[in-house]
Amino acid sequence: MAPTNSVGQGTNGVADESPNMIVYRKMEDFIARMQDDKNGIPIRTVKSFLSKIPSVFSGKVLISLEALHLGTLMAAHGYFFPISDHVLTLKDDGTFYRFQTPYFWPSNCWEPENTDYAVYLCKRTMQNKARLELADYEAESLARLQRAFARKWEFIFMQAEAQAKVDKKRDKIERKILDSQERAFWDVHRPVPGCVNTTEVDIKKSSRMKNPHKTRKSVYGLQNDVRSHSPTHTPAPEAKQPTEEELQEQITFWQVQLDRHRLKMSKVAESLLAYTEQYIEYDPFLTPSDPSNPWISDDNAIWELEASKEPGQQRVKRWAFGIDEVLKDPIGREQFLKFLESEFSSENLRFWLAVQELKKRPIREVPSRVQEIWQEFLASGAPSAINVDSKSYAKTTQNVKDPGRYAFEDAQEHIYKLMKSDSYSRFIRSSAYQELLQAKKKVKRHSLTHHGSY
Amino acid sequence: AAAQSRPSALQSGESLATLKNESDSLKKKLEEERAKLHDVELNQVAEKVELVSALSIRTRRVLKGHGNKVLCMDWCKDKRRLVSSSQDGKVIVWDGYTLNKEHAVTMPCTWVMACAYAPSGCAVACGGLDNKCSVYPLSLDKNENLAAKKKSVAMHTNYLSGCSFTNSDMQLLTSSGDGTCALWDVESGQLLQSFHGHTADVLSLNLAPSETGNTFVSGGCDKKANVWDMLPCASVSCRLYDLRADREVAVYQKDSIIFGASSVDFSLSGRLLFAGYNDYTINVWDVLKGNRISVLFGHENRVSCVKVSPDGTSFASASWDTSLRIWA
Repeated sequence: MAPTNSVGQGTNGVADESPNMIVYRKMEDFIARMQDDKNGIPIRTVKSFLSKIPSVFSGKVLISLEALHLGTLMAAHGYFFPISDHVLTLKDDGTFYRFQTPYFWPSNCWEPENTDYAVYLCKRTMQNKARLELADYEAESLARLQRAFARKWEFIFMQAEAQAKVDKKRDKIERKILDSQERAFWDVHRPVPGCVNTTEVDIKKSSRMKNPHKTRKSVYGLQNDVRSHSPTHTPAPEAKQPTEEELQEQITFWQVQLDRHRLKMSKVAESLLAYTEQYIEYDPFLTPSDPSNPWISDDNAIWELEASKEPGQQRVKRWAFGIDEVLKDPIGREQFLKFLESEFSSENLRFWLAVQELKKRPIREVPSRVQEIWQEFLASGAPSAINVDSKSYAKTTQNVKDPGRYAFEDAQEHIYKLMKSDSYSRFIRSSAYQELLQAKKKVKRHSLTHHGSY
Repeated sequence: AAAQSRPSALQSGESLATLKNESDSLKKKLEEERAKLHDVELNQVAEKVELVSALSIRTRRVLKGHGNKVLCMDWCKDKRRLVSSSQDGKVIVWDGYTLNKEHAVTMPCTWVMACAYAPSGCAVACGGLDNKCSVYPLSLDKNENLAAKKKSVAMHTNYLSGCSFTNSDMQLLTSSGDGTCALWDVESGQLLQSFHGHTADVLSLNLAPSETGNTFVSGGCDKKANVWDMLPCASVSCRLYDLRADREVAVYQKDSIIFGASSVDFSLSGRLLFAGYNDYTINVWDVLKGNRISVLFGHENRVSCVKVSPDGTSFASASWDTSLRIWA
């Protein structure tokens, strides 16, 4: 069979690279390989009980679970279908499948109207063959459509009649194949209740579709009397030439990017390796957690332990990885603060914590909080005076006059660096920290092990 | 003598061409600078690292209750509760551990594409086609109607695609189909900061796990990731970008994966990448070596959202099959 001819069909000839089209193209590549004369799947006419089944392949061609899954998805999109079932899946058994004709491929972006579906179902009732009898859900759909289109039913009926006439003239085998392909098309666009509708689109994508024209053509060439554009299909704006202003912006952007400091890949790679190596014992997916993972063992002891005030050894060990680990663990912060208070040098950490807290407050509270922090830590004669470089101090003085959430940003960064190089390293080397690190796990008290006498 | 100044009488067409050339040559120079530092591939350096032994990840919980596609979910800091939102307008708060539905809210719109749990665990935020992001305080009283206490915080001019609480319950970050991201004060509804940098819909956002909580990333339909993000919409591969190397450092793809990834998240150590796809599966990748470790089946329709729990003990997936699954 010829490779896909779907891209240029009915459009302005420009290939559409939307995410769906990328996927359709890949599926169609697979189809082409499956249909390859030399290396593809054998397609044959099978002799069944009373008749011949033309142009089918057996489901027993695929072996792996993944191949079966991919095959099922391709069937669900309508690229091939089981000849005796409305439900579009692929099974690894003796079921027979047929390829869909490219005319009906999803890459043609069909969005068939209900009028088309009505014509189709109506036509089916005119063909007196057992294999073409309507399924229950199809009969229900037909009844619903008859009510909905009561006024123009005569028109629909005429179309159905005309098509049935044309079909009768076709070669018997050709009809068998075409009928099944048409049915499979409708199985994709009007799926059996309970089946996945693969034509459903993410609303974010549909509101961005660029070519409304090609999605609204009728399968049977009927005139649509509904508006040709859906409210969610807004036409894309013409591609504009960039203005002078935009070009200036681009130039500035590239210059900023060029000025950025960047590292060699080898250095970055080593850093990534080191990070994952350090944290691997804390990753429950890679190192079985102790106590057990609640999701697996149904025992949530680990969560209760973490909520308690006693930090486990593993948790304390993590604080030594870097100052950020201490700062993000509430118990870590508590211990760090306690240590600094014992040295009468806690003002830096208290300032840092106060500024973090400031950023979490509602905007209404910010001005007064800024004043409080200024008075406590930075004003002349402040009770918990901190030492900041003159540049940051000058900037902060200005900021405080028009206080915002980021008034202390420069000062906070300076203090952070100070803590990192000074107080944090002292904390990690301190006996207080070392004791926490060596602390034995609390022995669980079981009533069974209580050897007291009564 | 008068100094030579740029001729101001240039035809506008000529000056545009000059600017375009300047822009293009700067871009080329940037690519050259980046290429100079590309001395090795990540997976080559990772050859010395031990292989990840076979993982036995299975579904541990299935959360059923939504009537239509689940579009988004978020974990509570307590590591067991989650909030999820659906196409049918419902937002549900679950205790994932016991499968209990603790709260349910019906939004006035369909396609609730974004939801987030407040750090305190006392509120949730959500929004979608209503172009807003609203915050609902979670009441302990089961009889109380949550919708009554609803607070509209963010207003956009197009759909809400993402939301996240930044530092505390008081600040909400949103991304929208109108091409912008914005930071809001929850108490007053005031717009604190607006971020214009995308030229098309912003589809997702994520906070960088930095201590000061000042950085976030946003990914958009303009194929730009501002700062650092995975690009889930237009490509069928997942890509890792490193800010320090200022480039893409790894691509995670396979010939047999032809459907796009919708959502990704890292395991706690950063060694594993969990990615949810439109072919209903979740693939687990080795971030360093670049190979796929496992493929997880279970969902019966597209996976819309994947998130690792706060302590890394599990990850949750939300799907168009109306269910959520918790995997460990």
